[in-house]
Amino acid sequence: MRHLNLVFLGMTTLLLAGCPRPPEVPPDPPPTEIPETMDSGVSTGTVSAPAPRALDPFEDPDNPLSKMVIYFDFDQSTIRSEFVDVVNAHGRYLARNKDKRVRLEGHADERGSREYNIGLGERRAQSVRRMLKLQGVSDAQISTVSYGEERPAVEGHSETSWARNRRVEIVYR
Amino acid sequence: MTRGLFVIRRSVVAIFLCFVVQVAWGDLKIEITEGISGAVPVAIVPFGTGGGTEPSEDVAAVIAADLARSGRFAPIDRNDMIQMPTSGQGIRFGDWRILETEAILVGKVLREASGYVIQFQLYDVYRGAQLLSYRISSAENDLRRAAHQVSDMVYEALTGERGAFATRIAYVSATGKGEQQRFRVVVADADGENPIVIANSRDPLMSPAWSPDGRQLAYVSFENERSEIYIQTLATGERQLAGSWPGVNGAPAFSPDGRRLALTLSRGTGNLDIFVLNLVSGRLTQVTWHAAIDTEPEWAPDGRRLYFTSDRGGGPQVYEIELGSDKAARRTFEGNYNARPRISRDGKSLATVFEDRGNYRVALLELDSGNLQVLTNGQLDESPSFAPNGSMIIYASEAGGRGILAAVSADGRYRQRLTATEGDIREPAWSPFL
Repeated sequence: MRHLNLVFLGMTTLLLAGCPRPPEVPPDPPPTEIPETMDSGVSTGTVSAPAPRALDPFEDPDNPLSKMVIYFDFDQSTIRSEFVDVVNAHGRYLARNKDKRVRLEGHADERGSREYNIGLGERRAQSVRRMLKLQGVSDAQISTVSYGEERPAVEGHSETSWARNRRVEIVYR
Repeated sequence: MTRGLFVIRRSVVAIFLCFVVQVAWGDLKIEITEGISGAVPVAIVPFGTGGGTEPSEDVAAVIAADLARSGRFAPIDRNDMIQMPTSGQGIRFGDWRILETEAILVGKVLREASGYVIQFQLYDVYRGAQLLSYRISSAENDLRRAAHQVSDMVYEALTGERGAFATRIAYVSATGKGEQQRFRVVVADADGENPIVIANSRDPLMSPAWSPDGRQLAYVSFENERSEIYIQTLATGERQLAGSWPGVNGAPAFSPDGRRLALTLSRGTGNLDIFVLNLVSGRLTQVTWHAAIDTEPEWAPDGRRLYFTSDRGGGPQVYEIELGSDKAARRTFEGNYNARPRISRDGKSLATVFEDRGNYRVALLELDSGNLQVLTNGQLDESPSFAPNGSMIIYASEAGGRGILAAVSADGRYRQRLTATEGDIREPAWSPFL
């Protein structure tokens, strides 16, 4: 498992290396596979880079700000415990940077009726919005939109695909 | 129960009404996937022609395909016809009785200066009695529609129920991925022919809904990176922005008198409620006031009540509310998931998206008795819409990883499906009588 974590972390670092800001982070794998803690050994790769510079918090996989997608359980809009740190990190960042704006894009999986799924996506976006506001983010910094099941992150008709489509994407603008 | 396979293939060309470009729009194919052994054998004899050039359509073939699609008739194969009369005098009823044909349609398509005249007669084979004798004029390029009108008359003469062949369906098509992704609202004849793209966008289009006169469609568009409701006049392509409040603007539904639009709004609060917009005065009235998701309003035929989806009881179920009242009554009790209600024309039954052991299927609930019948057998069936005569329900389904349309008879005994050659098609809405 430790080995898998290292591989995953290395890939994420590679993928993020060339990202402009605001970052477009590729969708995370299903949340259960996300490592809870990062290993210290990995950071040596970064240190050995020719021109060391402080990692942008959005690019630093150790920083919860690098996570831009919050995943949800079926028919649920409560933020799962493993994503509370992520949402709060964005909340603190936005509260400190009042010039920054985010758009919360709520999504649902394909099951059931489309307009009801718009409702689910909206409710998920609102649930992230409320948690951001608890950190002191102002209403003016947040906009929300629900795409329901209209813009899936991944294709497919299995629970694996559905789990990655029930999400809120935090998009800095 | 017999399984037949009846395939119609035709290349079609669609026209962008409001975007002025003509595009070829892929092949559409209708397959009858489950038939009824009790379908009535009828003979639709090839129509005679007169006045020079051959007509652009095989009118009898269009009529035979219509009747077959209804699930109630089994038109006999042309190769099995022992004679091909084109008027009543030529019919040898004794021969047709041997084939156990119950009715026979004969006719002619005659060329006229401004188009065609279809003249036809329908006979009861056993009694040798004439049931219909009519002439229908058709413009040059409207022969298919005239043929569908003949189908409607034949269907009504034989079943006592009004035909719904000369109607249309609207649906959403999605093709391509990423930058190439396109969403379209398409309007086609009820047999899938003549598809016309009425709106085309890189962003999602959703929830097409017919006005009761069949002249306008309301739909949801994300073209401005948020949901908005437009009403588009089909003949002109002219669009009117009907809903652009902060947050969700969704699920438009015209009232039976066409003067009001029920819709779902969050108005920036994040909570979805149902509203009624008076299209004449512009006045907006809030109908539901609940912290749950309230959406997918459907007008009762009397125009005084709405059915809608709400998860106020935990999961999504269908509720009914009288306009001006603040009390909603729950109408669905079976299962954990009932959504997107559609009411039959007589107001007696409700089609819903029903969760059936992990599968999403179309179910029909008899409101008086509470009996619920699951009509479809897919895994991701949704968006039921009644034919205006109530005989069939068209819905969205999935086959081979792609979104397709399917139709099922209201008694669940007969099914057919409509597939496009490219992309997904979904959210069918059957027009009113036109």
